[in-house]
Amino acid sequence: MRLRNPFGRKPKEFPSNLWTQCPSCGEMLFNKQLERNHSVCQKCGHHFKLGALARVELLADPKSFSETDAEMVSSDPLGFVDSKPYPERIAAARAKSGHKDAVITGDAQISGIPVVLAVMDFEFMGGSMGSVVGEKLTRSAERAFSERKPLVIVSASGGARMQEGTIALMQLAKTVAAVARLDAAAIPFISVLTDPTTGGVLASFASLGDIVLAEPGALIGFSGARVTSETIGEKLPKGFQRSEFLLGHGFVDQVVPRTQLKERIAFFLNAFRLAGQDLRWSL
Amino acid sequence: MLDRIVGSRRVTEGNGHIAAEAGLVTDATQLASTRPTPWQTVQTARNIARPHALDIINRVFERFQELHGDRAFRDDPAIVGGIAELAGRPVMVVGQQKGSSTEENIQRNFGMPYPEGYRKAMRLYRLAQKFHLPLVTLVDTPGAYPGPEAEERGQAEAIASSIQLMTRLGVPVVVVVLGEGGSGGALALGVGDVVLALENATYSVISPEGCAAILWRSASEAERAAVAMKLAGPDLLETGVADALIREPAGGAHTDHDATAAAIKTALIAQLERLSRVPVADLLSLRYERFRAFGTFVEPSGAAAPTPPEPWWRRIIRNPLEKGGL
Repeated sequence: MRLRNPFGRKPKEFPSNLWTQCPSCGEMLFNKQLERNHSVCQKCGHHFKLGALARVELLADPKSFSETDAEMVSSDPLGFVDSKPYPERIAAARAKSGHKDAVITGDAQISGIPVVLAVMDFEFMGGSMGSVVGEKLTRSAERAFSERKPLVIVSASGGARMQEGTIALMQLAKTVAAVARLDAAAIPFISVLTDPTTGGVLASFASLGDIVLAEPGALIGFSGARVTSETIGEKLPKGFQRSEFLLGHGFVDQVVPRTQLKERIAFFLNAFRLAGQDLRWSL
Repeated sequence: MLDRIVGSRRVTEGNGHIAAEAGLVTDATQLASTRPTPWQTVQTARNIARPHALDIINRVFERFQELHGDRAFRDDPAIVGGIAELAGRPVMVVGQQKGSSTEENIQRNFGMPYPEGYRKAMRLYRLAQKFHLPLVTLVDTPGAYPGPEAEERGQAEAIASSIQLMTRLGVPVVVVVLGEGGSGGALALGVGDVVLALENATYSVISPEGCAAILWRSASEAERAAVAMKLAGPDLLETGVADALIREPAGGAHTDHDATAAAIKTALIAQLERLSRVPVADLLSLRYERFRAFGTFVEPSGAAAPTPPEPWWRRIIRNPLEKGGL
């Protein structure tokens, strides 16, 4: 093993823009190769966080994605200032992530099936849900409703965005109300939970998919592990709030490796679509 | 330059009619000019002597019969609920219950519900819908319990499902925030046609201590966080999170439980009277619109919202200087 990796003893000498060390197995991974493997470690299967654009590329058929509400940006409803004013934080996040806010929405095809696709990006202020994320997701659900297209949301979020106060909290009710309409109209909604999906996002639309899928090893929980361990005053067991923990306790349908995600989503969409067509024939 | 704020319409604007009839406060200017600071309000909202859900239920309603258990796991003492009569009519009432002493607080888990508490609430919501009982919920919690057992039993799923059920519950729903409205744990009881709050109640996305710990990296900055988060009554009116405030006795609700309950009772009767005349389909679409409207954002007018299309004349009336206007 060492032979393949002659600099393994001194990993810090690697130019950081070319190589990434896997936090799980310690293997040094060549960035280009990692990218080609959808940011999954070739050695141990560790799933790195995936940006929204790479995620769209992973799930949507080539050139099928057309973005909606791309220009929507946040305003500052509370005039919120902590160590920095909120608009400055937004500007910094935009520069860092290259996105206007923490979600990208649009129309796409998954294995030929037209869907409304929304993908969150953790890079933008921890994927937090404020007015823009709430509005874009709600519009996506409403478009899925009016066009009778399935909705696929890939979540990656620390929760509601504190800097927007109760307005951010109300986005939970707003998004849930919108996906509830899909539920009532029997339009499929597939929720994919990726690392991490916590707080207000998990406590709203992300838990309500007809099918809830999770990526392996993702942190998924209601409250942050730090809060929980402070509450009980002891360290939490290994694997607590990970995808497999939720699978075991019955809160996700499947844990699906990233490389199989697209075909799995397509399978469920097809099953629901075909069933719908049968129904139409029988009527 | 053509940027336009789309989502900043105030939700309370259409609610002028809920004002005077029950002595409610719908505009912050109606409050006393010397208001407590947000941090003082946080302390008042948490005061252990403040009337909690059962104190209010027993004073506002007659013949309250508590219903227990979620039919799946256990009975969560942090959520109480049951059937009672309000001015002679049966209603369903569900609330988060804090304790009035340390022992009771331990038994009630300081008003922090477990998932089974929310599932009990959902059972009672469904019961209300089945038998056409209007629903009154009383919000008073620091937040949903964040412990490991709660995670194992799906705290997030329970809250999400509870919010979902409330968004489409086919009976009138009136929410009263009694004390602390702590984040998603409060919102699970907080989706209604009308949301009222006591004058010194708070409603926030995270506790001021939690916000300070994350953003200032020090829980001692909670006072500053409380100011920044705009969680007190007048701010809730401003953002439309609450439709109206219920006046408290001078000195706060803890000084006079009876007077507080009387004010709540008057407000509830007036609101339920009004809502019971609205057809269920309208009730549901108005409730959808109420929560749909939250959010402030900016988008270039070229990429304006596809829905809903605004009639041209309303746009001209609002802004006669617009190109092609009067």
